[in-house]
Amino acid sequence: MACPPAAQPSPLPQPSVKVILTSAEVQRVVDRIAHQILEKTQGAADTVLLGIPTRGTPLARRLAARISTFEDIDVPVGVLDITLYRDDLRRHATRAVGPTQLPPGGIDGKRVVLVDDVLFSGRTVRAALDALGDVGRPASVQLAVLVDRGHRQLPIRADYVGKNIPTSLVESVKVTLVETDGVDEVKLYGGANR
Amino acid sequence: MIRHLLSGADPDLATATQILDTAAEMATVAGREVKKLPALRGRTVVNLFYEDSTRTRISFEAAAKRLSADVINFSAKGSSVAKGESLKDTALTLQAMGADAVVVRHPASGAPHRLAHWVDGSVVNAGDGTHEHPTQALLDAYTMRSRLGRLAGLHVAIVGDVLHSRVARSNVLLLSTLGAKVTLVGPPTLIPVDIAAALAPGTLVSYDLDAVLPNVDVVMMLRVQRERMNDSYFPSAREYARRYGLDGPRMRRLPDHAIVMHPGPMNRGMEITPEVADSPRSTIVEQVANGVSVRMAVLYLLLGGNNL
Repeated sequence: MACPPAAQPSPLPQPSVKVILTSAEVQRVVDRIAHQILEKTQGAADTVLLGIPTRGTPLARRLAARISTFEDIDVPVGVLDITLYRDDLRRHATRAVGPTQLPPGGIDGKRVVLVDDVLFSGRTVRAALDALGDVGRPASVQLAVLVDRGHRQLPIRADYVGKNIPTSLVESVKVTLVETDGVDEVKLYGGANR
Repeated sequence: MIRHLLSGADPDLATATQILDTAAEMATVAGREVKKLPALRGRTVVNLFYEDSTRTRISFEAAAKRLSADVINFSAKGSSVAKGESLKDTALTLQAMGADAVVVRHPASGAPHRLAHWVDGSVVNAGDGTHEHPTQALLDAYTMRSRLGRLAGLHVAIVGDVLHSRVARSNVLLLSTLGAKVTLVGPPTLIPVDIAAALAPGTLVSYDLDAVLPNVDVVMMLRVQRERMNDSYFPSAREYARRYGLDGPRMRRLPDHAIVMHPGPMNRGMEITPEVADSPRSTIVEQVANGVSVRMAVLYLLLGGNNL
């Protein structure tokens, strides 16, 4: 109603889309997190990166590749599937279970950095912590995310944040990566036009 | 996803592949320190066994417990069934107790299908009469895939008492969905007329084991049910073993990559000799281990979501 007809040909208001991070910015953010991990873990000593599928997996690999470029250190990378540990299994149709791959050296006694794309309610990370406890006993656990959009429902915070995005609950944040979606981008959908 | 697993024909190609892929992930749990997943916490699985079975019941029990489900074992012996309770009344009792899944083995073919109409939860057929045993077919397919790397295009010989074998029936149905070719081998008295056409078109029948062996990737030996030996399906146990038993010289006629399977329990010296059963080609022990993983996958896919 408020929109002028010329600008809105469709009767329904179009959901707004805003690019938060472009491809170049995503790369810069990954580089920065890689540096921060090196700084906070004394040169990635005894550190393992575990990506949470889907998009945490390529992010963890990229971080390891960047760390290798910066400091010539090979950080072990793995994948931690959390499907069977989710607290919302019964609210959806059965979810497909993905592979969990731990690096050959395992995670016992290591500093594990969990890697995910978006930190929102914190429930995924809670599930990841449960899953981690069943596959080993790390010395400590840290969390790296590309985007923190707030609205936590659990007492969880990230150690490394690519970008903080203040959002409202009606909005949604979508991260796309070259490995999974063909393009590096972070977009904010929905909510009022602003 | 399907709601019940009653027949080897229930899962389509996508679902069957999903079950096998999920089973592969479940198998990794067996190698962990904590062999338990929280996925089915608070769900109740009832093992309703009207027939004696150790391995299948234990396999289902282990699978359900590894997924954190509560397991109630109900065997016909010493229960209300011995007092004359009907299957339907037993089903309604289980229903009232809040069973989310009923794993049923019954001597009557089709009993699980009837049960599926009476209960709200999922029904898993763990063997009904001489009809079907779908989780055995799934674990056989899983074993073939993990040993040979693929299922499409495989040639599988199922040898022995096809007439009374629920394992054979479920395997023919599932393997045809998965793109494998099956040849049923046995004495003419133990292979029903037109079974190939009735189950899955394209299934072959042969009465000559030696002619089939050089062309197969998998040979699956069926148990000769001793209790049927007096029913004159074949003249004598020795004659059966001579013509349809798998011994060392026969095994050496197989292609180098071929594997030997048996659903168990084996009659050593009857359908399979110890030399074959204990050879590296034999997957018999693997099949038992894979059974738990596959049943975990089935229970998770039936009960994990809000499919009910």
